[in-house]
Amino acid sequence: MNAHQQPTGSAYFIAPETAKAESHTLSVLVNNEPGVLARVIGLFSGRGYNIESLTVSETEHEAHLSRITIVTRGTPSVLEQIKAQLDRLVPVHRVVDLTVRAREQGQERPIEREVALLKVVGTGERRAETLRLADAFHAKVVDATVEHFILEITGKSSKIDQFVAVLKPLGLIEVCRTGIAAMNRGQQGM
Amino acid sequence: MTDDSNRMTGAEIVLRALKDNGVEHIFGYPGGAVLPIYDEIFQQDEIQHILVRHEQGAGHAAEGYARSTGKVGVMLVTSGPGATNAVTPLQDALMDSIPLVCLTGQVPTTLIGSDAFQECDTVGITRPCTKHNWLVKDVNELAGIIHEAFRIAQTGRPGPVVVDIPKDIQFATGTYTPKPETAANISYQPKTKGDLEAIQAAVELMATARRPILYTGGGVINSGPEASKLLRELVELTDFPITSTLMGLGAYPASGPNWLGMLGMHGSYEANMAMHSCDVMVCIGARFDDRITGRLNAFSPNSRKVHIDIDPSSINKNVHVDIPIIGDVGTVLEDMVRVWRARTAKPAKAQTEEWRSDIERWRARKSFSYKHSTDVIMPQYALERLNALSRGRNTFITTEVGQHQMWAAQFIEFDEPNRWMTSGGLGTMGYGFPAALGVQVAHPDALVIDVAGDASIQMCIQEMSTAIQYNLPVKIFILNNQYMGMVRQWQQLLHGNRLSNSYTEAMPDFVKLAEAYGAVGMYCDDPKELDGKIEEMIAVKKPVIFDCRVANLANCFPMIPSGKAHNEMLLPDEATDEAVATAIDAKGRQLV
Repeated sequence: MNAHQQPTGSAYFIAPETAKAESHTLSVLVNNEPGVLARVIGLFSGRGYNIESLTVSETEHEAHLSRITIVTRGTPSVLEQIKAQLDRLVPVHRVVDLTVRAREQGQERPIEREVALLKVVGTGERRAETLRLADAFHAKVVDATVEHFILEITGKSSKIDQFVAVLKPLGLIEVCRTGIAAMNRGQQGM
Repeated sequence: MTDDSNRMTGAEIVLRALKDNGVEHIFGYPGGAVLPIYDEIFQQDEIQHILVRHEQGAGHAAEGYARSTGKVGVMLVTSGPGATNAVTPLQDALMDSIPLVCLTGQVPTTLIGSDAFQECDTVGITRPCTKHNWLVKDVNELAGIIHEAFRIAQTGRPGPVVVDIPKDIQFATGTYTPKPETAANISYQPKTKGDLEAIQAAVELMATARRPILYTGGGVINSGPEASKLLRELVELTDFPITSTLMGLGAYPASGPNWLGMLGMHGSYEANMAMHSCDVMVCIGARFDDRITGRLNAFSPNSRKVHIDIDPSSINKNVHVDIPIIGDVGTVLEDMVRVWRARTAKPAKAQTEEWRSDIERWRARKSFSYKHSTDVIMPQYALERLNALSRGRNTFITTEVGQHQMWAAQFIEFDEPNRWMTSGGLGTMGYGFPAALGVQVAHPDALVIDVAGDASIQMCIQEMSTAIQYNLPVKIFILNNQYMGMVRQWQQLLHGNRLSNSYTEAMPDFVKLAEAYGAVGMYCDDPKELDGKIEEMIAVKKPVIFDCRVANLANCFPMIPSGKAHNEMLLPDEATDEAVATAIDAKGRQLV
């Protein structure tokens, strides 16, 4: 979202970074306490790191734990620094780089899914076309009148991007996306 | 103990928790939102409260107290402006890793969010300038939070924490929970023991070095006096040359044979050249700050680097290292010394002979030299004399920020840790005087000197009233050159000597100012009278402002100009007006 150029905020980084930036998905297990999300977001904005997607929800109620999934972008050294800085926050239990772990397992990326709700307004042939496309993308109708549909779709971000693009000329007036939820394949837990 | 004895008000819980955490002194300023706590302070005498004149002073005093004792410094301020005035010392303590617990009052929970009188979002404002902070919403959690605050402030990489306590929580009755044996918060468990394999690898690397150097920092001092002892033992065993950052002065004695002086922007030529030319660098509790490294891509190009740090985020942040060791400096050094001793094959003296002669050659450049004068007091001379006349006593030195700070670091010699307090990371003008008060509170019989500049001292001068009230005989030694000297020096270096707003117009008469507060004012502008007057200052048992008039336009050298490498230092004997005017190129001008 911000500051692509200055990776660590040091004034002495006048030589441009030559290493290539890559996108990684991090899973952060935190105490579910007031302000914890502000700490994480503040760290990213304060140190000039990127957030491409961020989701958070309580995952273990009894243990008061929440799981934050962040997609961030940076050079390998900046990504290392992001993980170390996250780990340093007092309410943070663990930081796992799901992308690194997926590569260790021989995959390109971890399993990443997003949910989107899309409102399409229209009549006549555009409605029929909307339903045909929804069927093709395995989207569900969750609300409808004679003049609108709300569609629910789950999938990789790229699939949702594509669905949004094809619905645009058919009367798409509102989009809501959850951001990415992610998990590594295999029997091993986080 | 019956249950009833643990039932008390929130304000009583605060005092009880402070006592249980060994607190003897707190620095603070009252206000509406902390009155219940002040009422409890009034009704007890185990904890002494030092009333400052501005909350920033409370914070720096607590920092000075903490740095000189190794204990946690505690400050207490009210809501709103009390909390916002505490922000500068909190950030200062964060950057210099000083353990600080700051208690702030807050408007009652029912009024939070209503823009009440003296309300501010204290936890929001202080979130990025603390290690952690809490807003207490239940009186029964108050004691546990304060215990945890002390644990977090002083363990791992030390730092400041804030506990924000709404007024209704201070009045409410709840249960006091004693200090837990084991930590309650399992997400915060700093690692103190270094990885033994890494330590062994580091020792192997050190044993093969032909051009080794130890680069130490404030982490050695934060780790406690035992770490300084172990560092000295390591130097003796290995016979490696040693340099230190501004924050680490005193961990290894300035009188030690292996001492190279401070490194960095205004460090010694021998220290910086040795850093540039070494083949093995062992960084111990320092963080490769930009004042230390100079131009990063030319920093110590041919060395393999070991980095000991308790904070994993310091590793590879600015400089890539070959052997990172995460752990407490003292614990790691203990292992390192043991592993080194256990090695049967010790490196031969000849292995580092050439290196030693290189260093002697650099040392012979005498990079701290300056032109003496019999007419005006040179600032360097003033500090040389201050050092000579205060040495061998129970002396503590604090500084403000600027040229005087760098000269103090160059010319005052420290043989013990915890004797030197200065604002390194944040560079806070106004730090030194209140910090000196904190030091004096902790060490009533010591000689505490704040080396100051004429501009910096005016940033927290109001604390003179505190010094008088508590009979704290702190000595303020002002190197008065009538400029913001470091700003003026940079304007000369970078901006064609156009001295925009760096001249101190309307300077107060410091002697009269001291007298107005009830302190002692002294004045000296003659090098021949300096010794006598410094001795007189030391003998006075009251706070003193010493207005030492020094050469107005002296520059602080040597200097690594911005954007240059360690081997491109500007030395005092080469710093002609022309060399100074062209020392920094266009790229360097953008840097701070």
